[in-house]
Amino acid sequence: MTTNAVWLKIDAERLVHALHQACENLNSAEREVALDFSFVRRIDPGALRAMEKLAGVADDKAVKVVLRGVNVDVYKVLKLVNLTPRFSFLA
Amino acid sequence: MTVLAKLEENKSMSENFSGPSEERIAYLEGLVGQARIAAAAFTQYTQEDVDRIVKAMVLAGLEQAQYLAELAIKETRLGVLEDKALKNMVATEFIYNYVKDKRTVGVIREFPERGLVEVAEPIGVIFSLTPITNPTSTVLFKCIMAIKTRNAVIFSPHPNAWHCCHEAVRIMYEAALKHGAPEGVFACLESHTLQDNAYLMHHKDVGLIDATGGPSAVKAAYSSGKPALGVGPGNTPVYLEKTADLDTSVVDIITSKTFDNGTICASEQTVVIDDEIYDLVLKNFADLGAHICNEKETKLLGRTVIDPETGFMQPMAVGQKATDIARMIGLSVKPNTKLLIAPIRGVGREHPLSVEKLFPVLAVYRAKSVDEALKVCVDVNHAGGLGHTAVIFSNNDEIIRKFGEMMNAGRIIVNSPGSVGALGGIYNDMVPTFSFGCGTGGGNSTTDNVNIYHYLNIKRMSRRTPAHMWLRIPNHIYFNLNAVENLRQFASRSTVIVTSSLLEQIGHVDIVRRYLPQQTRVHVEVIPDAEPEVKVVMQGVEALKLYKADQIIALGGGAVLDAAKIMKLKYESPEADLQELAAPFLDIRKRVVQFPTEKINPARLIAISTTSGTGSEVTPFAVLSDKERGRKVTLADYSLTPDVAIIDPQFVMSMPKGLTADTGVDCLTHAMEAAVSLYASPYSDPNAMQAIQLVFKYLPIAYEHPQNEEARCMMHNAACIAAIAFANVSVGVNHALAHAFGARFGVPHGRANGLMLPHVIAYNASVPSKFMPSPNQRGYGAHKKYAAIADMLGLGGDTVEEKVKNLVAATEQLLDQVAIPRSIAELGISKEEFERAMPDLVRSAFEDPSGRTNPRMTLMSEMVELFWSAYQGRGLAKVARASQQ
Repeated sequence: MTTNAVWLKIDAERLVHALHQACENLNSAEREVALDFSFVRRIDPGALRAMEKLAGVADDKAVKVVLRGVNVDVYKVLKLVNLTPRFSFLA
Repeated sequence: MTVLAKLEENKSMSENFSGPSEERIAYLEGLVGQARIAAAAFTQYTQEDVDRIVKAMVLAGLEQAQYLAELAIKETRLGVLEDKALKNMVATEFIYNYVKDKRTVGVIREFPERGLVEVAEPIGVIFSLTPITNPTSTVLFKCIMAIKTRNAVIFSPHPNAWHCCHEAVRIMYEAALKHGAPEGVFACLESHTLQDNAYLMHHKDVGLIDATGGPSAVKAAYSSGKPALGVGPGNTPVYLEKTADLDTSVVDIITSKTFDNGTICASEQTVVIDDEIYDLVLKNFADLGAHICNEKETKLLGRTVIDPETGFMQPMAVGQKATDIARMIGLSVKPNTKLLIAPIRGVGREHPLSVEKLFPVLAVYRAKSVDEALKVCVDVNHAGGLGHTAVIFSNNDEIIRKFGEMMNAGRIIVNSPGSVGALGGIYNDMVPTFSFGCGTGGGNSTTDNVNIYHYLNIKRMSRRTPAHMWLRIPNHIYFNLNAVENLRQFASRSTVIVTSSLLEQIGHVDIVRRYLPQQTRVHVEVIPDAEPEVKVVMQGVEALKLYKADQIIALGGGAVLDAAKIMKLKYESPEADLQELAAPFLDIRKRVVQFPTEKINPARLIAISTTSGTGSEVTPFAVLSDKERGRKVTLADYSLTPDVAIIDPQFVMSMPKGLTADTGVDCLTHAMEAAVSLYASPYSDPNAMQAIQLVFKYLPIAYEHPQNEEARCMMHNAACIAAIAFANVSVGVNHALAHAFGARFGVPHGRANGLMLPHVIAYNASVPSKFMPSPNQRGYGAHKKYAAIADMLGLGGDTVEEKVKNLVAATEQLLDQVAIPRSIAELGISKEEFERAMPDLVRSAFEDPSGRTNPRMTLMSEMVELFWSAYQGRGLAKVARASQQ
């Protein structure tokens, strides 16, 4: 892990809001943003759309987004909508 | 990603497809994208989540059943309001009743006795076409199925039923969303074109097409190359047979054919009526409100409601009332007429009314016989109704069965209405549905009533199940000196002793006679002491018949014992076909050819072995030489195992040295191979190990001191004990090689085994180039088994490798002690001759069933290597011999 990463904890209760915030943070991010998904048990369509947006913005700004602590159920959902290649994953 | 890029990405689209506009594609992609996200999110839902949402949807559907029926009638102008409302209720309440307790999330079924678990996996996005005839009920049905199975659906309703379907989708979606379903789980095309349908049918993110509708929609679905459920038209034949309950039948037919003005595709189309009841049936129809058309009216009706060009029904008639249809042809009928009945004289284009008619017009046919009736039903079935539905009214089970065999229909409805009966859950126990699979006859992938299981990928999680094993041996085994005395306890009126002339000459037969009960009549059947031939066996069977034997005593070596086993088989079951019974098999439990179990001449088989090697007295094997066909066949079945085995060393005291060595080494090979067999078990291991220990200790003594009673006794026991092991777990590649080599070069079996044994031990102890599949094996363990044998024999060594090496050396030393040749070359077989024989040797060894239980799969190239190793002999032995000299 590089040292210039920004670490953000994702609020499972307000997932969409938290992802939008993360998206905004990309503007001031260094090369890498790490999002802590440890508390996210389930992801809904609104959050998935927010993840798609986040991935798009990250691509545009050449920022690497690392997801930490993603549970396997959520990981499978990300896989089904082809989002896994657009993020990095950390246990 | 641009719209054009999306199109490019969609590689499965046909090259000639002229697709929708860019703007339209963007719209369609939006629908699919939303559905895909919803379906992905849906995978996280539990069974409880899903069931809660389904219940809410069903209640919403029931609440709006009449409203949706009104919308459907208003928009489509087909059918009957009351029936449409009823269908909406069936599509919700009855479907709910079927699905409510079914598991569709995670583990859905468990079969613990089979170690099998079925796990549900949603499909994802389903693209669904719905028909004009049952518009809202089909939407309700599919929405409930989709939520129950955690799928998202994009609906494309029939253009003339769009508004009512859109409303049905809205009602279902809102109820689902309110109770927690993922946003975007249902969508309905705002409007549609064939290009839209084609685009969605080919879309890579659509997992399944569920097309309920006309033939073109179904064909398009199947042509897309996507998994599809395409269910289409029917043409239901009905056989009204003379034993039927006529009152019930006529009411059922009217109920069904007039239900929603005949729009259900499973409804009755042509009723074939037995001549004897024809007039009465028509009168009953007329009494209950049907109009029976005369010939002129029938012709007029046919010309009007069936398109003469295509031969299909006219859309204007679909779902209309009988009185309205009568009006179309200028026919004056009573105002309460429910049904128009048109007598026809055949099936096909000349008889236009013999096709599907989704309106209350019913063709009837007068049949002079059951045969004619069935043939006409077959004709109707094949005139556009293949795979769909057929109906019979009868109380004759034989005719019902025959009808079922003759009709190619996914649903064969007996003594109940076709349309309502086929829907399932009302008149019978069929699965409730609004989508009838028509099998390959209808160009469909299923004959089922489409249901929730068609909306799931069902994964089978299968646990390792160890194969059942066994230990099967004779009922009685008597051993030690004078064990033959136990013959006294077996009562017999007539006993045939099968033996060889030598054994008779040296007095063995007299010993046996001495211990038979006095009242037993005894006949001695002398046979050659060689692999038994069919002719010899059949002569023996004649003797058994002549003396009406109830007991057979086999006294001799392996060949005599094998002959007696086969004689018994043919005597007890004369129909047994020896060639057929010798058919190859992979697993004795799953073999194709079964040995006979019925015995017309039951007889006890007592086996007294006069050699200490084959163990045939306790094995289920018998070798037969078929000289006429120039081949040798091996019979294997536990029914061949003798009933009684007598292991009495007095019969082996006179064995010559060479025979003692050959049979002793055969015994050792049996035990060594049983010990490492794929089937080796805690039941066979002690026998195999004990036999090995006995052979190592007593074979050299029996060889050097033939009159040593203890050594003879223990070798005789060892042969039997080893045979108990290999009779239940088989042998291995050593035997396969030895069989091939011995047969080709006329080398005694035990000697051939000995030539291979050290090489096979070393081979099996090394890491296999190919493992043999076996559920009973836990890891590869042959080398450890050999090491355990070395430990048991006290051969020393610190590592497994060392112990195996010591076992090989000890085996070679033992072979040397009993003067078994140490290389094939020593037998005087030239290298060139051996090389020429190699292809046949390998082929024969590979085909030999013995090799199939070898711990490692022996490749043909490895067999070549093993043969050459045996040809040259091992370095260790050569060194040992050199040092002795």
